[in-house]
Amino acid sequence: MQPPAEMVHWLFATGFLLLGLFLVAEAIAGREAWEKRRWRVYLWPGLVFTLGVLMWPVMAFYTNSAIHMLAHSAWAQSLMAAGAAELGLASGKLHHPAWRALTFVGLLVSGTAFLVHEQNGWFFARSAFLHHLIGWTLVVASLVPLARVFRPRSPALQSAFALTFVAAAVMLYCDRDVAPVFGHISNLAGAPHR
Amino acid sequence: MESSVVTRIPAERARRSARAVAISALGPLTSAAGVAWAFVQPDRVTLLHPRGQGFWWLAIEPPLLLIAAGVAFWLVVARPLVADLEEP
Repeated sequence: MQPPAEMVHWLFATGFLLLGLFLVAEAIAGREAWEKRRWRVYLWPGLVFTLGVLMWPVMAFYTNSAIHMLAHSAWAQSLMAAGAAELGLASGKLHHPAWRALTFVGLLVSGTAFLVHEQNGWFFARSAFLHHLIGWTLVVASLVPLARVFRPRSPALQSAFALTFVAAAVMLYCDRDVAPVFGHISNLAGAPHR
Repeated sequence: MESSVVTRIPAERARRSARAVAISALGPLTSAAGVAWAFVQPDRVTLLHPRGQGFWWLAIEPPLLLIAAGVAFWLVVARPLVADLEEP
């Protein structure tokens, strides 16, 4: 009764989209208005932590290979660590801005996990293409949270950070288990379904 | 004779209301993207042809997820945030 892998990607896409929307709203409203209600401060760090927790069932149930298991578990841990650090900063229990570097680590590990567990080339099938694209996008975009360590109140960085998640969500929604990409699909990929 | 019918809205208030409009638009725009996707690729909405489909194919449909995310964001985040922005 396990959902197909593509559906897991779509569910995580929805999580990433909500994350992006929260961050866009925070960037537009400004820190002062966003923090007027206490629960809002915990919203996106809590979602990052939850996405990390939800990566564990993915690690346990979608073990196609050892590299998949390692990538998913590293990913789960780094997302949980990033979410926990941001929750600590939001609650005031952590103070040093260097804790934000864990979000950089989380994004970098997420991007690397996408790249490492995709063993086929770019044009093998659509899922392979998107895994490479998302992986490199997250690796490059991880520089944004790194810059936020030094300039946490920059609206430009906050917007770039938000749009990273929206872009990742769009790419994850495009994922299919077996489908062509720009007319290319390997004979080894299997028959495309609906 | 001089009349001052038009009053100037303070710049800060105008900026705040522009922000409120932008935040209010985020949820509906997201849901509208889901609706547009459903029209462009109706085969992605399995509920339109449910015969022989299992639970997951009926429950997890990307255009519907997009619509749901937009509605949830609008109800839970955007409305209270806009109310806070419009508070004097």
